[in-house]
Amino acid sequence: MDLIVEGIIQAFVLLVHGDPEVMRVAALSLGISLAATVISLFIGVTLGTAIGLTRFYGRRFLVSLINTGMGAPPVVVGLIVTIMLWRNGPLGVLHILYTPYAMVIAQCVISLPIITGFTMASIQQVNPKLRLQILALGASHGQLLWLLLRETRLPLLSAVMAGFGAIISEVGASMMVGGNITGQTRVLTTAIVMETGKGDFGLAFALSLILMALVYLVNLVLTLIQQRSRPR
Amino acid sequence: MINLSKRKFRTMATSSTLLVVLVLLLSLFAGACSPSPASPTTPAATTPPVATTPTAPPTTPSSPATTPAPTTPKPTATATPAPTATAAVPKPANPELILATTTSTADTGLLDAILPMFEKKTGYKVKPIAVGSGQAMTMGERGEADVLLVHSPDAELKFIQNGHGINRRLVMHNDFIIIGPSGDPAVIKGAKSAIEALTYIAGSRAIFISRGDNSGTDALEKKLWKTAVIDPKGQTWYQETGQGMGATLNVAAEKRAYTITDRGTYLKTRKNLNLDILVEGDKVLLNVYHVIEVNPQKSDKINAAGAKAFSDFIVSTEIQEFIGKFGVDAYGLPLFFPDAGKPE
Repeated sequence: MDLIVEGIIQAFVLLVHGDPEVMRVAALSLGISLAATVISLFIGVTLGTAIGLTRFYGRRFLVSLINTGMGAPPVVVGLIVTIMLWRNGPLGVLHILYTPYAMVIAQCVISLPIITGFTMASIQQVNPKLRLQILALGASHGQLLWLLLRETRLPLLSAVMAGFGAIISEVGASMMVGGNITGQTRVLTTAIVMETGKGDFGLAFALSLILMALVYLVNLVLTLIQQRSRPR
Repeated sequence: MINLSKRKFRTMATSSTLLVVLVLLLSLFAGACSPSPASPTTPAATTPPVATTPTAPPTTPSSPATTPAPTTPKPTATATPAPTATAAVPKPANPELILATTTSTADTGLLDAILPMFEKKTGYKVKPIAVGSGQAMTMGERGEADVLLVHSPDAELKFIQNGHGINRRLVMHNDFIIIGPSGDPAVIKGAKSAIEALTYIAGSRAIFISRGDNSGTDALEKKLWKTAVIDPKGQTWYQETGQGMGATLNVAAEKRAYTITDRGTYLKTRKNLNLDILVEGDKVLLNVYHVIEVNPQKSDKINAAGAKAFSDFIVSTEIQEFIGKFGVDAYGLPLFFPDAGKPE
């Protein structure tokens, strides 16, 4: 119990004093996860829309893979990305293992199926008659896509929140591809694991509170955007 | 009409808010990614040990070690003549250096203390990957690391013999200790040797927590069991965590169990543990750290120059002196004893 109180106090002290290292770790956490979310948002929405609107051979199989990917264990993703990025691995020429870029890649891989799956489901859930109606009114294909995406923006923002939530809280892949290097790839989750290992539970708990506050703030912003206009 | 334009406005407002937020966050990310000149420290800004010395001068603190509180910035430190500080940081051709090392050097905070000095002095950017000695050597074997700082002598010799590493040099030592609950259910306190203590533990079936991660500590522990002619594997009282030293100590503390640890990590985490040193001082419990450069002939991707620079740095008189003082402020005694240049 005293640890929890100590943690809360320590979290406040760290935040109020603006401890530079904690700030840097928090900013890196946020930056990596947001960059990964944005990238997989672009790819995922495109993929999800394409799969949601078309019918082709093997589609159900592909969808089942995406749905499985929504629950892909981050540590497995981390291991695969590490092996790929090793100096002597297939993508070793990139020289990005143990950098934030490697972490962005791993987190993209984790969040992509989530965003793709959500997009696909929400596009499919739109009444097909609406599509016909929009086309009948003389809209071009580009306009049709835009209108459909606008129609599904509520679930799409939920997709963003789910994708972001999955990766900012993820530790297995970040630890493996990032290496938890001081000042370079240490993010909140890996710092929490490390401080717990060191037996510094108070600091670990303080960092946890900061992480949760950060996740809440991002989701608050997204929720405000989502709920801004009346759902129709 | 009015309705439409209102909606249009709303969309515009929404998307522009999104855009602003995005740009803000991305710039934050860019800022976080770019290396900041401020020397990195652990987030453990509130913990006393030397890990947090943002103003650590490139030279070892030659001032008497009686001035504690390394967390407070010492403005005088920069005023002392430091020839290396004024000189521009050299720019090596390949600045990226991967150091595969043990969890003990990271958990004690030693790495966080000396790496910024090395980076400042030589311009290399070190990526310390803290794993067990076993995994560190596997990384070296695969050419995924440039230099190793490890403590698993038998495996190290094999590593060198197999041509994976060169230039193995003695760096420092501390010792392993057998710790356990103060109640000491297996009555190992006063045992004449580590082997005898392990025999008592096995005999009483008291819980023993093993690293089980093929690290240097794990290798020593396995060797001791073998010497004692006991095979604890699979016994209910013998439990493996598969984690680093710090995490394993936490498990041992929670289970009120026995374990073997290096003294440095124990001293650093002692306050949370409530476990006592029960056996120490046996010659077999010596814990010796060596630095090994990965054989550059393995692949042209290995940063041989950087590996040599780091090895030379860690055995230099300056850093050896620093290692000898490291931890004295916080614990009253050093965590490691410098050994460079001494015979094995």
